[in-house]
Amino acid sequence: MSKQIKLWQGNEACAEGAIYAGCDFFGGYPITPSTEVAEILAALLPKHGGKFIQMEDEIAGIGAILGAAAAGAKSMTSTSGPGFSLMMELLGYGCMAEIPCVIVNVQRAGPSTGLPTKGAQADVMQTRWGTHGDHPTIALCPSSIEESFKLTVKAFNLAEKFRMPVILLLDEFIGHMREKMEVPKPGELEIYNHPRPKVDPKEYQHYGDGSSVGGPYAAMGSGYRFNITGLTHDKHGFPTSRLDEIQWKMDRLRDKIDRHLAELTEVEEEFLDDAEIVIFSYGAAARSSQQAVRQARAKGIKVGLLRPTTIWPFPDRIVTDVLKKCRTMLVAEISQGQLVYEVERCNKSNTKVVPVLRYDGEMITPAQILKAVEEAQK
Amino acid sequence: MKIHPAYEMLRPGKKFPNVWCPGCGHGIVQGAIIRAVERLGINRDEVAMVSGIGCSSRMPVYVDFNSLHTAHGRALPFATGVKLHNPKLHVIVITGDGDALAIGGNHFIHAARRNMELTVILMNNNIYGMTGGQYSPTTPIGKKASTAPYGCAERDFDACALAVAAGAVFAARGTVYNAVELDKMIEKALTKKGFALVEALSPCPTLYGRLNKEGSAVKMLQTQKANTINLKAAEKLTPQELEGKVVTGVFHDGEAQPYTEVYQQIINKAQGR
Repeated sequence: MSKQIKLWQGNEACAEGAIYAGCDFFGGYPITPSTEVAEILAALLPKHGGKFIQMEDEIAGIGAILGAAAAGAKSMTSTSGPGFSLMMELLGYGCMAEIPCVIVNVQRAGPSTGLPTKGAQADVMQTRWGTHGDHPTIALCPSSIEESFKLTVKAFNLAEKFRMPVILLLDEFIGHMREKMEVPKPGELEIYNHPRPKVDPKEYQHYGDGSSVGGPYAAMGSGYRFNITGLTHDKHGFPTSRLDEIQWKMDRLRDKIDRHLAELTEVEEEFLDDAEIVIFSYGAAARSSQQAVRQARAKGIKVGLLRPTTIWPFPDRIVTDVLKKCRTMLVAEISQGQLVYEVERCNKSNTKVVPVLRYDGEMITPAQILKAVEEAQK
Repeated sequence: MKIHPAYEMLRPGKKFPNVWCPGCGHGIVQGAIIRAVERLGINRDEVAMVSGIGCSSRMPVYVDFNSLHTAHGRALPFATGVKLHNPKLHVIVITGDGDALAIGGNHFIHAARRNMELTVILMNNNIYGMTGGQYSPTTPIGKKASTAPYGCAERDFDACALAVAAGAVFAARGTVYNAVELDKMIEKALTKKGFALVEALSPCPTLYGRLNKEGSAVKMLQTQKANTINLKAAEKLTPQELEGKVVTGVFHDGEAQPYTEVYQQIINKAQGR
């Protein structure tokens, strides 16, 4: 097959990536700037035999994809800030009930309805802490169109494997930016489908495979009858108030992330080997940071870039190690500094941490970051 | 010993005793659903019972179907996803008056509008039971609740009229007193291709009854008998004579193309068939 080159925007790459990953159900509610994801999937899904439904609100959107996933679908929804806020209750439900699905949040500037057509990176803390109760989340942040495609596929794989909602945290800049990309051929990217159980239905436990990830679990209607609830439940999925069972469930939710941090955490590094100044940046902001690094290098400044594509779980160990080796870390993001505290939390070496921020709805520029680099150099 | 035919549809072990108070009508509704599924010969593996939150919504734990106990008010969106992804499943939605008509009110009208093939069993006890007796969208005006100590100031919803206006193909109201009639309504609803509602009036002696001094569970059933009137009998009465009565019966039994069939046509179109 010849190379397929497309000029796609991030939202389009995300929708196409979902189809590539085997998504066969989308439920959601339109909201700027995420609408293209829904519009493209409304056209693509029925062609592939999948289902698209525009629900009455975002709560219904995530409810529908959780229901479809419980019935065996690979499901997805897309939204933006205010819609993401509405989804919090059922995002928690999905984590508690361990239902795989993908939630795309194309971030716009807030708070509240804020600036619908302008970008931001200010939902990163909501992604981690938006729902009530103790549980970890997984969130991936692409910096390019090609990465929007690939990380959507990865989001589906992680959702299937870790059996939980996975958030693709785009931002308006990437969502609406157009860029050339080579579409991966079928089979080129790994697609993970969780195994279905083979045991006798009488012996089946929906949460009792003994391992927290990769274990087989059934779809509704496949001959295994089980219960799913948002209440704290036992291995069979039935509500429990037994202290040992509560402990088991809570530890299970935590451990499935904590015990697989190395597998989950992904970062890109540029010029880190001899870097005295390191820029920590992700998503759209990392594009400007990358440009600033190259300009600074041309001026002979020893600067490097640390760009996580997995923002949750936060790459603690990597950030701690990089902080130990550098003199200053600049945190460049399009918010009032949501990740600055995370970086400072990882700072075990008294390295200077400097925020480089922009939050007026516009893209942070290479010039602004370069200026900060030059000041740090002094 | 002869075993009751419903027995094997119940889940054994620590799922019982159930959460329902003595005198609650929900067990009768549960029995009606089990009997309807049994009489229609539906394979239990092909039944998905989806509920929200509240006393009634605990039912999926007790009945041995595929079961999904969701968040408050959200049973219908989940059920929509289940049914649309796997149209072979008989999806029974278990909900209460607060769950379906307050927090889930918008989902209720839109699921009916789409004509999603869902059998919705709305257990109406006129109060929030699980939370402790606060007024619901079906608490009659003037009646007491823990959040309406001077009497409820709000007018109540007619769930059947709402469902019909929104596009449901079937809407019926029964009572747990008239359990045989309720059985038939649920059986009929299960055969409908589309959004089918059965509103089951179910007394709550523990909260509604106590707060409104309606007496024992038995007394409440007698009141239910006295205060309800069948649709056919009601048609002969004047509005004055109907004052204070609740009309029961099948309000609407129609046909409309169900959502999953319409969507299959969309798939065919998209695939050029």
